[in-house]
Amino acid sequence: MLLQGNEAVVEGALRAGCRFFAGYPITPATEISEILSVRLPQVDGTFIQMEDEIASLGAVIGASLVGVKAMTATSGPGFSLMQENLGFAVIAEVPCVIVNVMRGGPSTGLPTFPAQGDVMQARWGTHGDHPIIVLSASTVRECYDITTQAFNFSEKFRTPVIVLIDEVVAHMREKMVLDDQEGIEIFNRGKPTVPPEWYIPYEDTPRGVPAMANFGEGYRYHVTGLTHDIRGFPTSRPDEIGPFIARLHRKISQHFSEIQMGEFYQIEDAEITIVAYGCVARSAKRAVREAREKGIKVGLLKLITIWPFMRSAVEKVLQSSKILIVPEMNMGQVSREVKRVNRGMAKVFTLNKVDGTIITPAEILNRIMEVS
Amino acid sequence: MPEITKLIHKYLRHDKKFPHVWCPGCGIGIMLGALIRAIDRIGYDKNEIVLVSGIGCSGRLPVYVDFNTLHTTHGRALTFATGVKLAKPYLKVIVIMGDGDAVAIGGNHFIHAARRNIDLTAIILNNSVYGMTGGQYSPTTPYGMRSTTTVYSNIEQDFKISELAVTAGAVFVGRGTVYHAKLLDSLIEKALLKKGFSVVEVISHCHTQYGRQNRLGSAVEMMEWQRDYAVPVEKASMMKPEELRDKIVIGVLVDKELPLYQDEYEKIRERAKAATER
Repeated sequence: MLLQGNEAVVEGALRAGCRFFAGYPITPATEISEILSVRLPQVDGTFIQMEDEIASLGAVIGASLVGVKAMTATSGPGFSLMQENLGFAVIAEVPCVIVNVMRGGPSTGLPTFPAQGDVMQARWGTHGDHPIIVLSASTVRECYDITTQAFNFSEKFRTPVIVLIDEVVAHMREKMVLDDQEGIEIFNRGKPTVPPEWYIPYEDTPRGVPAMANFGEGYRYHVTGLTHDIRGFPTSRPDEIGPFIARLHRKISQHFSEIQMGEFYQIEDAEITIVAYGCVARSAKRAVREAREKGIKVGLLKLITIWPFMRSAVEKVLQSSKILIVPEMNMGQVSREVKRVNRGMAKVFTLNKVDGTIITPAEILNRIMEVS
Repeated sequence: MPEITKLIHKYLRHDKKFPHVWCPGCGIGIMLGALIRAIDRIGYDKNEIVLVSGIGCSGRLPVYVDFNTLHTTHGRALTFATGVKLAKPYLKVIVIMGDGDAVAIGGNHFIHAARRNIDLTAIILNNSVYGMTGGQYSPTTPYGMRSTTTVYSNIEQDFKISELAVTAGAVFVGRGTVYHAKLLDSLIEKALLKKGFSVVEVISHCHTQYGRQNRLGSAVEMMEWQRDYAVPVEKASMMKPEELRDKIVIGVLVDKELPLYQDEYEKIRERAKAATER
């Protein structure tokens, strides 16, 4: 099939079992809404267009609490509005998926042009200390797989998961095969195995993820955005607050290796490694090939998981290469993380572009020639 | 133990650490009592009720009662409720809000929920002030009154919540006060039984903040004001607009029929499936 990135996101969501979508029209994510408004009612799912993006994520969280896998999709301005309820989903541990098709910013910015300016917002946009999972895609195939994987992670770790793609990948068409059978295993949230009277909704487990009862199935409990005790009731006791916030972080951090997804390309002998994600990783791959034709040993680390940051993969290339180049369509958001991990192991160079156009293979190749 | 107290206890969460957060004399307890009596009379199963709230004094209500309870973000209760109801339509979804919650920060969600006609019941406690944060003026604080952010005088006009709900298209709108407890019971019961978006505005008092700053006296005195200034809707229809200027009209303001969102969406599903078969 010839699919667009946004269409592949829809297919990935439906494969994961998404049966609820609430959204608000916004370029360049609107196709996701339009297609789901057609597809969801066909499979007894629900599509609703809400009055804004705050409401969209609110409705998504409500649907997830009763046990229906739910998603919303937006772009920068809408993602800004979602930060409030994103924090709610984090603290109340409600699985949901938020697709942010990045466009130029700040504010209304460049609605139809690509950018990668929301990397740090995805990490820290909602207030308070919190963990988050953010995935990116650089091909249409990845849009399909990553969206399914985002649902899996959200169900497995009871957390919102953000899919961060850019306008180029969202609107690009590529050939791909929709293979439900060979695809990823579908994961559903762990439900309580004890009777309702024994159920403790926010009790710690070895994985750090409490069993989640769906509203309406006999397990009556309280869900709140206030910091709560293991029973879900608001607390102001330091001996309950501390362990709760620690567990929120631990349930993600202790599964780092499971969450980290990326791709090494020709790094074995690479003296220069490019670290890239999204549409820039495509240009980078071509630049690697062209550099090798010129006899320069270049490799690529493509990040799929953006947050939690792929520290170990970056450390590996920092140790094996003398030089790293981080091309990004922002003023340097992932490069800062690479520099933080670096601690003098290699030289880290940036290549930043914020004029609404993509970073081309030639531009990356030029940068390679400059620094080599 | 009197019957009425036994009834309340049947629905309270006994594993929740009391006391509650509300001030002695607050009207929220009367509203909660009315809600519980209405639920008990109708005979809902506790498991089928989802009680959703926003932020503020009223937002703390669900934590004390033994239903599926959801304490959301400020002003957003109706959006969460929309997701709950559409995803599991057999659940009875009741939304508790305050005046700031429903018509300031949540005003947009309120009018759109009314317009959509999803089967939800919104119960709005209107005490004309932001109580929990210490008595700032709200969209329902009348012109000329004092608050901690209008110490000279409130120069804004106030929202009439029920009239807003009527205009936005709610199929059932009732207004009561916490003084008229029996009327409140019946308004809430009617709202719960109504198919579609139903609203009950509950006029209450905040003697701790609003009352003190405006020298309106104790909780009892403020409830006496509710008694003296409330006019039943039947009587109000025979009164002139100038006679009603400072009055609160109580009773059922609207009870009409409009297509229910869930029923309409079911038709959309059938059409969507038929399209795939062609």
